Amino acid sequence: MDRYDVLIVGAGPGGLAAARGAQAAGANSILLLERDRVTGGILNQCIHDGFGLVRYGARLTGPEYALRALQEAEESGIELLTGYHVIHIEAGAGSELAHTVTAIGPEGLRQIEAGAIVLATGCRERTRGAISIPGSRPAGVFTAGVVQNLVNVRNVMPGKNVVILGSGDVGMIMARRLTLEGAAVKAVVEVLPEPAGLSRNVSQCLYDFDIPIYCSHTISRIIGKKKLEAVEVSQLGEDGRPIKGTEWEIACDALILSVGLIPENEVAETAGVALDRKTNGVLTDPFLQTNVPGIFSCGNARRIMDLADFVSEQGELAGRNAVTYLRQEEMKAWDEARTSSMAKGFPPEGTVTCTMCPKGCQVKYDEQTGQFTGNGCERGAEFARQERTAPRRFLTTTVRVAEASHGQADETASREQAGDNLIPAGASRGPGLLPVRSREPIPRQALENAAFALRDVTVEPPVACGDIIAWVPDGEGGQAAIIATAELGK
Amino acid sequence: MDRRNIIIVGAGAIGCAVARELSRYELNITVLEKECDVAGGISGRNSAVVHAGFNNRPGSLMAKLCVEGNQGFEGLCKELDVPYRKTGKVLVAFDERDLQTLRATIEQGERNGCRGLRLIGRQELNDFLPGIGGIGGMVSPETAITDPFLYCIALAENALENGAQFRFNACVTDIRKQEGAFVVRTESGEEFRAEHVINCAGMNSDRIAEMAGVSGYRLYPCRGEYFILDRGLDQQIPMPVYPAPRAGIGGLGVHLTPTTAGNVIIGPSAEYIPQTDDLSCTREVMDQLLAEAKALWPAFDRKEIIGNYAGIRPKLAPPEEGGYRDFVIREEPDQPGLIDLIGIESPGLTASMPIARMVREIIGQRTELKEKAGFTVEHRRPVRFRDLSEEEQAKLIEQDPEYGEIICRCQKVTKREIRNAIENPFGAKSISAIKYRAWATTGRCNGGYCLTRIVDMLINEYHVKPEEITYRSSGSELFSGEVK
Repeated sequence: MDRYDVLIVGAGPGGLAAARGAQAAGANSILLLERDRVTGGILNQCIHDGFGLVRYGARLTGPEYALRALQEAEESGIELLTGYHVIHIEAGAGSELAHTVTAIGPEGLRQIEAGAIVLATGCRERTRGAISIPGSRPAGVFTAGVVQNLVNVRNVMPGKNVVILGSGDVGMIMARRLTLEGAAVKAVVEVLPEPAGLSRNVSQCLYDFDIPIYCSHTISRIIGKKKLEAVEVSQLGEDGRPIKGTEWEIACDALILSVGLIPENEVAETAGVALDRKTNGVLTDPFLQTNVPGIFSCGNARRIMDLADFVSEQGELAGRNAVTYLRQEEMKAWDEARTSSMAKGFPPEGTVTCTMCPKGCQVKYDEQTGQFTGNGCERGAEFARQERTAPRRFLTTTVRVAEASHGQADETASREQAGDNLIPAGASRGPGLLPVRSREPIPRQALENAAFALRDVTVEPPVACGDIIAWVPDGEGGQAAIIATAELGK
Repeated sequence: MDRRNIIIVGAGAIGCAVARELSRYELNITVLEKECDVAGGISGRNSAVVHAGFNNRPGSLMAKLCVEGNQGFEGLCKELDVPYRKTGKVLVAFDERDLQTLRATIEQGERNGCRGLRLIGRQELNDFLPGIGGIGGMVSPETAITDPFLYCIALAENALENGAQFRFNACVTDIRKQEGAFVVRTESGEEFRAEHVINCAGMNSDRIAEMAGVSGYRLYPCRGEYFILDRGLDQQIPMPVYPAPRAGIGGLGVHLTPTTAGNVIIGPSAEYIPQTDDLSCTREVMDQLLAEAKALWPAFDRKEIIGNYAGIRPKLAPPEEGGYRDFVIREEPDQPGLIDLIGIESPGLTASMPIARMVREIIGQRTELKEKAGFTVEHRRPVRFRDLSEEEQAKLIEQDPEYGEIICRCQKVTKREIRNAIENPFGAKSISAIKYRAWATTGRCNGGYCLTRIVDMLINEYHVKPEEITYRSSGSELFSGEVK
């Protein structure tokens, strides 16, 4: 049986950083197991920008962030095994004994021993089934993450007229994304009195596109026998139940649920790791160690986090602590304040939410004095000045990949047969789409035309991340460069 | 005139069982089904319990066929490779009056021929079901659970192997008699001729009878809503748990039932509704189900809910009458050749094979039944990876690496199993067809992980266009098309 010092389950931002952390702490052997064919986890479908402000001091899209994280992990010389799904962990007893991990992959069942394990298994979405929305069960009800995957990776459009329940970040981001792809987002409905997600997403995903948000409202009924026809929206009373007589119907062919994330810990449970029964998150000590000695947890599997950057930081620490645990040296505690620091809910009236860094300062402009207040630094004032006069945004979207290159799956298969499992993030994303963004932010009002212009663009592989793919009208009489945010193999 | 031509309307449990039973003989069988797959109606929307038969009025067809069905079900499931578990069942008494009712239930059950029914006290109830309230109850050792989808699929596939034909997306719109034979027309305008029409149309069987010239039947839709709880809870509820029967409008009371997949279901309610196809769940009934489940099972936690559904009972008893009227299973004297099966509500799934044999007897009175040489009794379904030992799993992956790729993480369904489901002999490529065969999308993430992967397979490996992918039959398209 193969044996490693540290074995990491899941190669999303947490797992990739854990590998780097374990390497930096001097582990002799590290194995990173990923069930998907590519690394990066959910980042691959998060083609929008807003990642990397903390960790890299740059505004990156999800795929770009995933690529950097992979490069860092690769530089540290770890072993990576993709396409392997961990089904069971047998916890060893006592600190000398190793844990045994069983995983299933295309070459069969593998059993691997590890001195310490970092669980970076991420989260799943809360579903319609879990929140019991009354009404029929027609086709056309999806969770936001599923829609994000369909639209950004699989080239599948869920519908033309969309209602979104829940103002979590993924839901708001998909409101903007679907608008840019030509759908009409009729409403975002939120049961809480304030939006649940980050203020910057309320500004840049809803306000930018005049998408109405109804807070203290819910979807009280789903209508449509075979296919979704409409949803009934009701105002909520103080008791949290719909108020009779306040309901109205919105015709739609897709309902998207963004109603929360749940830590995904089926693998942890097989090892006897204790979970918080309320949140389903892993219970850890301040050093991110679970009740099972030598098993650590990080990222969304432990507690849902707002920023991938913090997930990476935590993963890195979990990887380090796994090594210090093996050496029976002192571990470092996680600073819980790092988990969430960004402004959420409605941006206060008359302010702009600065997106220059994750703090999300609410900057106010005083008409009389011409002074900006609320900004933590000079960049905030600059951002707010521009927001008042000529707001700019990154355009993040996709372009089609030429039909001829649809044989990628075969290529992936042959690489796997050759025992080469190191497939870069994005290399075998479905044959359809390549994520792209504008190289620089462009005027807000130019976003829709620019996205539209890209609908006819097709790229031929190979493409490197950062390659210029196309030029689009920038709304100021010039052209804006559109660059690839992922790699596309031959 | 060829009396060997037979049309079966409806591919639910009854239609599939009749098709399978008749496929033993030299007959030309065509099954017409309006949905894109089997079990699209009542048969896929119930508690999946193989009833013992103590609830039904002695002397009724319901009682006789249910007891017979129960006794033959295990063997049938062995023949057809269908999940079956003889769990037994408990009826819980909360007061002295309930115990009185249970004594009467035992007496009734014994008259029907049920075996092993007995009362138990609090202690024994606690031994069986530690988490359940009540002062005592009744045990029925012969009650079992099955998988109604795989049951219908196995019956239909076995019938197909034995020569029966199935036409899906074939909604019958007209039936007329011409030169002594029925001409059955479907929505697409296609016509089928047969000397026998067997009406297994479930909730629509009154309308089919009327089309064939027999008016006077009327079915009253009575909806039952359910909650589905997460897998693993069958450890706590290892057998169906019902409240002692109380006078009502014709359900068995809200109960807890483990499924063969390891989930627990709560339900059903019983509510007469105006429409035959309104499968909505309502806030009022959901609240009621939760309250009743909590009364039966104090430890129940709402967080375990992963979904809900509703089914519709085709009741012959109108709302003001309530309760049960017996099954109608007969050749219509005024319309020879038309065999009506009407009001086949619970325990129709249990009784389906005895019902099919009754139909065979009726046909046998009209035409000589010649047994087919080479009838295949047994049917095998594709393997379920997660049920195998690690050694067997490793061997399968060696044979086909697609067994090493997990597509549905909740239920551990592999890519090869999804492929087997997509390539089913009926050509049904809806998500529901894949769901019921491979059991993907049925877990706690409601398809959050596997749906996109299944869609990817359909588009890139089976060349289905995104806008053609349906959840169930035509009209339930999931997507509007490509993004670009």
